[in-house]
Amino acid sequence: MKIQAKAVRITKISSIEQSEQNVKKQRPVHLDLQTVKFPATAIASILHRVSGVIMLFAVGILIWLLNESLASAESFAGVQSLFDSFIVKFIVWGILTALGYHLIVGLRHLVMDAGYWEELSSGLTSAKVAIALSVVFSIIAGIWVW
Amino acid sequence: MVTNAASLGRSGVHDFILIRASAVILACYTIFMVGFIACSSPLTYDAWHGLFSALPMKVFTLLALVAILIHSWIGIWQVLTDYVKCVSLRGVLQFVFVVAAFSYLAAGILIVWGV
Repeated sequence: MKIQAKAVRITKISSIEQSEQNVKKQRPVHLDLQTVKFPATAIASILHRVSGVIMLFAVGILIWLLNESLASAESFAGVQSLFDSFIVKFIVWGILTALGYHLIVGLRHLVMDAGYWEELSSGLTSAKVAIALSVVFSIIAGIWVW
Repeated sequence: MVTNAASLGRSGVHDFILIRASAVILACYTIFMVGFIACSSPLTYDAWHGLFSALPMKVFTLLALVAILIHSWIGIWQVLTDYVKCVSLRGVLQFVFVVAAFSYLAAGILIVWGV
């Protein structure tokens, strides 16, 4: 009798698992990348990560520039003459853009830690404002470098 | 409690505080440096050399590099644990980035030491 009851229970459990799997299988999958859109908060978040990883490489360049600029007056002039080239200007502008973005969105994170901008509407607004501010900073940085 | 050998802090809460504390230092350093270079345009070698020969600036720079080590360690750990599922590859990448951050710190010490 005991063995029979156990067997019944096992078949019951397995049938529940099966029905759960069937429900999961029958759910509609929507992965049309043409129509799926990230909200501004998601874009702000992923760009924060991307800019952070970029900065890891950028710090290497900045430390090399610091070393060259402080070694002697001649090498300082050498660094200044580097800035005549378009590629160097573009790289420095890129670093400033990544840095400015990472800083602005990072400050937004600190505000959210304090308990503000955590609702859907305020979170979306602050993400859009942070991205807009970064674009403005990037343009200013571009004018400054060129 | 799940602990990860590759993370910096002893717990998630520890990492949470460390990444924010280092972020505050880095924000101050970034704003100061960009402000200094923007305000002293055109920048001369004497002004630049004079800035880094002062002890507080050397301390500030080394503080920022220690903050970069902490901040990048936790930050890259968060990124790698989300996107790199292969454990051995993740370990190698984490190693490379942490070694890079340590190298930045070592280079920074030697650079400001001689000024």
